[in-house]
Amino acid sequence: MKADPAGVLTGSHYLDGDVACGEGAMAAGCRFVAGYPITPSTEVVERIARRFPTLGGTFIQMEDELASMAAVVGAAWTGTKTMTVTSGPGFSLMMENIGLAAMMETPCVVVNVQRGGPSTGLPTMVGQGDVMQARWGSHGDYEVIALCPQSPQEAFDLTIDAFNLAEIYRLPVMFLMDECVGHMTEKVVIPEADAIEVEPRRLTDKSPEEFGPYQINGGQIPEFARAGDGYRFHTTGLTHDERGYPVMNAECHDASVRRLVGKIRDNADSIVRFEEEGMDDAEVVVVSFGITARVARLAVEEARSRGIRVGFLRLVVIWPFPEKRIRELAGSVAAFVVPEINLGQIALEVERVAAGQAVTWPVNHAGGAVHDPDAITEIIVKAAS
Amino acid sequence: MTVATKSTTASQELEHPSAPLLRMERIPHVWCPSCGIGTVVKCYATALERSGVDLDKVSVVSGIGCSGRVAGYLKLDGFHTTHGRALPFATGLKLGRPELLVTVISGDGDLVGIGGNHFIHAARRNIDLLVILINNFIYGMTGGQNAPTTPQQARSSTMPYGNFETPFSLPHLAASSGASYVARWTCLHIRRLTWSIEEAIHKRGFRFIEVIAPCPTLYARLNKLGTGLDAMRFYHDTAVIRNDADTRELDISFQSEITCGKFVDEERPTFLDLMHNHYSDQLGDRYVPTPPEGGMLHEQ
Repeated sequence: MKADPAGVLTGSHYLDGDVACGEGAMAAGCRFVAGYPITPSTEVVERIARRFPTLGGTFIQMEDELASMAAVVGAAWTGTKTMTVTSGPGFSLMMENIGLAAMMETPCVVVNVQRGGPSTGLPTMVGQGDVMQARWGSHGDYEVIALCPQSPQEAFDLTIDAFNLAEIYRLPVMFLMDECVGHMTEKVVIPEADAIEVEPRRLTDKSPEEFGPYQINGGQIPEFARAGDGYRFHTTGLTHDERGYPVMNAECHDASVRRLVGKIRDNADSIVRFEEEGMDDAEVVVVSFGITARVARLAVEEARSRGIRVGFLRLVVIWPFPEKRIRELAGSVAAFVVPEINLGQIALEVERVAAGQAVTWPVNHAGGAVHDPDAITEIIVKAAS
Repeated sequence: MTVATKSTTASQELEHPSAPLLRMERIPHVWCPSCGIGTVVKCYATALERSGVDLDKVSVVSGIGCSGRVAGYLKLDGFHTTHGRALPFATGLKLGRPELLVTVISGDGDLVGIGGNHFIHAARRNIDLLVILINNFIYGMTGGQNAPTTPQQARSSTMPYGNFETPFSLPHLAASSGASYVARWTCLHIRRLTWSIEEAIHKRGFRFIEVIAPCPTLYARLNKLGTGLDAMRFYHDTAVIRNDADTRELDISFQSEITCGKFVDEERPTFLDLMHNHYSDQLGDRYVPTPPEGGMLHEQ
């Protein structure tokens, strides 16, 4: 369906990534946000708090991030599109109820504007150290989807995609921004509402007697009923059967967890998104994401100008990881160069998937600033020789 | 479930009087014989039926622990959430679809131990939630560990020489945090408890009812207090009803008198009242409240 025009601020704007993300959420139909203030993410909810009362939306500042995430999961069961916004320390607190959202198969969006960690780290300065936390942060096996914008325009566009993916796959979608993209101000073009496709919450057609909240009807994703519509359903964070009733045995657990994981892994080809340049003759491929991708592009241009055959792969969706494409490239290139503002997270994935067919060269920076492009160029040169 | 007893003939099958509100296919439940939680479930179900509210609009949210299992046995929209987070989860449900009657039923460790911060803030906001806290003075599900409600001197598995910490007085905590309705009963007071729940269903804001419940398997065994029936005798002999008592005087000591009653009942603006009034004042016609049925985007 098309976006509700009330939420869409059509026009050309000059916005930072945080504000653009908030506008993307409102355009996507988000109408409930619970959050707790944390730098460098707070501008997202400040924007929403200002506009929501005119859109039929509710923003509530909760007492902490545990509560914020719990409220977001609760509100999602009323059929409302919901989101919370945080940065590393708050993201750590949210992991408990991110797991609940995964287990209850609750559509919602979690924005993390990354700063330097661990712990309180660098509150006002950039980091990309939450990549693995976004993937593995809550206990047990589950899958997430995570998107990484490289600009305020993408902060707007991809936030809408994040909401749509949450609806399609019924899970918490991670929106992994970083402080640079969040605080960088650029032109953002917001289209007309009828040019924005939004995925509605699809409610079951079944009667309450026929309905089970985790019946999958031969597919992988259950149908949704919202609280208050007479279905009188039950849901739980415990391992459960298709009625949503707890079942404490290995067989049910195995089937449930495999389905939670399978609904993303089996659909990875439809979810994975990346952009690539210069792959035709590439001997070396630079793999990057978020703000680092923009820095790395300068290094790729410099290396090309020096005659090095280098390709560029920018990850838009980082989870699920583009395994198929990396595996293909590993068969034809000599090396991957992976700059990222952490001490090696996506590089581990590249190395795992390349499985020895191509060498992986991490280019790490612990946080607090973006890379010096020359540092990346230098590794590209080494990797090519 | 249909229960056939020796006093009935094969053709006469007795149905549980609250069967329409219970998930009978899940019976037998997980609770121990003579645990107090089932009594609270029955009182809640009876109060709901008497209240005349539309049961399709009632949601029950529980946290984790023995009392956390309550949501799973009621035939209502039920949410068994994470440990301590029933109140913020319920806050999201209520704000997402304001027409819902949202009840939180959970235990003392859940709501005021791990969830204590959420408890005081939900009460402070006076958000429209009916909260029934089943207080058995101990962590039952995990095997009898000390709780923030365990009376001084009482033994628990993690206070093997007796508890030396000072417990919360829950009505005082709720009242001083801003709850608009505060009551305490024991599992012996089934009529008063049922009446109190029914009364609270029809009120607004943060409504808090503490129910003192026996835990024969752990609290009573660790403290040599006998059976569930002995607990009922104890409540009978030592509970006193003092409506409107000063909530500063409701502490519970080990095997001391338990003061029951309704202590607070005052209409105050709820979170939603305050929000609507404030945005209407500030934004006038530009204010668009969340519709009672929720802010969902429908297929066009």
